[in-house]
Amino acid sequence: MDDTNLIEIEDLYFQRGDRVVFDGLSLTVPRGKITAIMGPSGSGKTTLLRIIGGQVKPDAGVVRVAGKNVGDLGRAELFELREGIGMLFQSSALFTDLTVFENVAFPLREHTDLPEDSICDLVLMKLNAVGLRGARDLLPGQLSGGMARRVALARAIALDPQLLMYDEPFTGQDPIAMGVLVSLIQKLNGALNATSLLVSHDIHETVSICDQIYIIADGKVVGQGHPDVLHNHPSSRIRQFMAGNPDGPVPFHYPADEFLYDVLGSVK
Amino acid sequence: MIRFLRGVGSRSLDRLAGVGRATLVFAAALWRLPRPADVPLIIKQIYQVGVLSLVIVVLSAFCIGAVLALQFHTQLAKFGAQDAVGVGLALVLLRELGPVVTALLFAGRAGSAITAEIGLMKTTEQLSSMEMMGVDPLQRIVAPRLWAGFVSLPLLTAIFNVVAIYGGMIVAVEWMGGDPGGFWSGIQAEVEIWDDIGKGVVKSVVFAVVITWIAVFQGYDTEPTPEGIGLATTRTVVVSSVMVLAIDFLLTLSMYGDFK
Repeated sequence: MDDTNLIEIEDLYFQRGDRVVFDGLSLTVPRGKITAIMGPSGSGKTTLLRIIGGQVKPDAGVVRVAGKNVGDLGRAELFELREGIGMLFQSSALFTDLTVFENVAFPLREHTDLPEDSICDLVLMKLNAVGLRGARDLLPGQLSGGMARRVALARAIALDPQLLMYDEPFTGQDPIAMGVLVSLIQKLNGALNATSLLVSHDIHETVSICDQIYIIADGKVVGQGHPDVLHNHPSSRIRQFMAGNPDGPVPFHYPADEFLYDVLGSVK
Repeated sequence: MIRFLRGVGSRSLDRLAGVGRATLVFAAALWRLPRPADVPLIIKQIYQVGVLSLVIVVLSAFCIGAVLALQFHTQLAKFGAQDAVGVGLALVLLRELGPVVTALLFAGRAGSAITAEIGLMKTTEQLSSMEMMGVDPLQRIVAPRLWAGFVSLPLLTAIFNVVAIYGGMIVAVEWMGGDPGGFWSGIQAEVEIWDDIGKGVVKSVVFAVVITWIAVFQGYDTEPTPEGIGLATTRTVVVSSVMVLAIDFLLTLSMYGDFK
């Protein structure tokens, strides 16, 4: 394994039912960089994060994280590896019966023997980093979507992970919350000297912070490189995706008969 | 015909796979013996499934005890045997109704709540996030609920029995004018520690294991959608109730033996 890469995926195959999700997908995520995985809905981006985290087992292929083959790890080793991974879920996944403070303290209480004073200081530091120190006593139900995402981010960085994975962090956020998240992802990656892997549909925000993008479709990587390179990619499909055009090689319409036939069926 | 057979086979295989998954979850959760840090979690769950079930258990027990006493008194009075109301009531409650009715109430009140809670945690990715933090949901979420269920139901059954006998006493003695000495001395003379109380406790422990197992598994294995949670909760109540009644029959058959 190349030391410059934190994640290496080779020839990944994964099938769900009759549907092939990954068909020989390979990619690398360099250390210290922000890498984005983009692609159409249903292309398996979230599944890829779960495979990297060892929550889903691939049918074939190798996934190495920090030099360890995730598929070879036992349950205890896998849980140990995950202590070095912070993941921000699309739904935030905060524990609804715990306060904001307790949510962020959760991984610290589970994985460290720190005294309560130290845990308190660390939690307040993490909450301060996301601007929500003042919300420590609120319950998740009392938070807006953007605040919940930031608390989840504070929880994800509680153990200072070497890898941060973000699953659609900008979805459903208002412009201010989106701007805050963009800024936080960028700042935290630098401050923690971490590696970030970002799955997102939001091209503008993702392009503004990532160092490289992988575009996956039909189970494979169909394009990769710096955002500027992808904007001018020879493939019209990738250019359509990067520009967000509604019609093109990926058609706007689901396959169907001619519109006139459907509307004027009786005179067909 | 072939399609029908294929459908039956497929459903049977699904059921069998479900039983296999349930056994694995149960064994894996119990394998993770409680750590000192888990004690507060278990106590919190005992509050959730046990203490919060008290109201429904006490109210039901009082009503059932009162109704049974009324029926016993009406029939036994024809033979001048009103003093036997107490012992009849105690035996029926300790051997059968106490464990069974409390188990059915527990399945409806606590079992459904456990399934809905774990199912919602799965739907909102809380279980996944816990796994990704390197925390085992079987140890942190499933096991405390199992242990809490094992502890709570036998205690609730004991409370049910006491309240029901007291409810029966109020009807038989205070209202119908029966002899309190006859009521209590009949119980004292006829109720056996092992045959009546002990076997009832065994039943309640078995019911506790079955209901809590079904409840946590249905939540853990639920389809992560609102419809999935609804179906899983319904399955918990229906399957638990049927299992309790079926197992009660088998336990009664094996415990009280010679019915020939």
